[in-house]
Amino acid sequence: MSDIIIAITATAGVLFILLAAIGFLKMPDAYLRMAVTTKASTLGSGLILLAATLFFADSGVTSRVIAIILFLFLTVPVGAHLIARAAYFIGVKLWKGTIIDEMEGKYDLHSHELHSEENKDE
Amino acid sequence: MNLENYISYVLMPLLIFSIVLIFIRFLKGPSMADRVIAIDLLVTCSIGVITFVSITTSQSTFLDIAMIIALIGFLSTVAFAYYLEKRNKNE
Repeated sequence: MSDIIIAITATAGVLFILLAAIGFLKMPDAYLRMAVTTKASTLGSGLILLAATLFFADSGVTSRVIAIILFLFLTVPVGAHLIARAAYFIGVKLWKGTIIDEMEGKYDLHSHELHSEENKDE
Repeated sequence: MNLENYISYVLMPLLIFSIVLIFIRFLKGPSMADRVIAIDLLVTCSIGVITFVSITTSQSTFLDIAMIIALIGFLSTVAFAYYLEKRNKNE
């Protein structure tokens, strides 16, 4: 019985990672790729680690796995935000179907400082 | 079919296939940012591979390596983002 639950959890995790990989290959734009991959791959790795917890059923393994999952949940969004910011500054092109670019004209290209409309007038 | 065989012969090849797909984008990637995201994603997939190895060999010590790889992956992402931005600033 527990084997079936472990198999279902691990399969769900692998399918999420597979979806993230397919989306990473097919999406047209660096920013869209980032949006697809960070969420799906974090959930996939979390489910696979959860399967390991169910397999070992040991308090030491459980605490270690919870530490890894918490670490992933904290660091993956931070890393994605840093890469997106760097990509915007080095001028990675947006997809041609993008409707709105709210960052346009609101940052200084040399000092890399963001400012809103009010600060610009002062 | 027991759990070890299911993981070794069904789930592990699917995971390796997704790693191959990510690696194709790593080679194609039009910009440097795509390659950095690909490295980030490869690290996340390798955590899954290590966890599967840990289950099939039933040695929980491998999970420590998964934790260290998650740490190194985050550090490399931050460093790559920092230097991508710096490089453009100096030119």
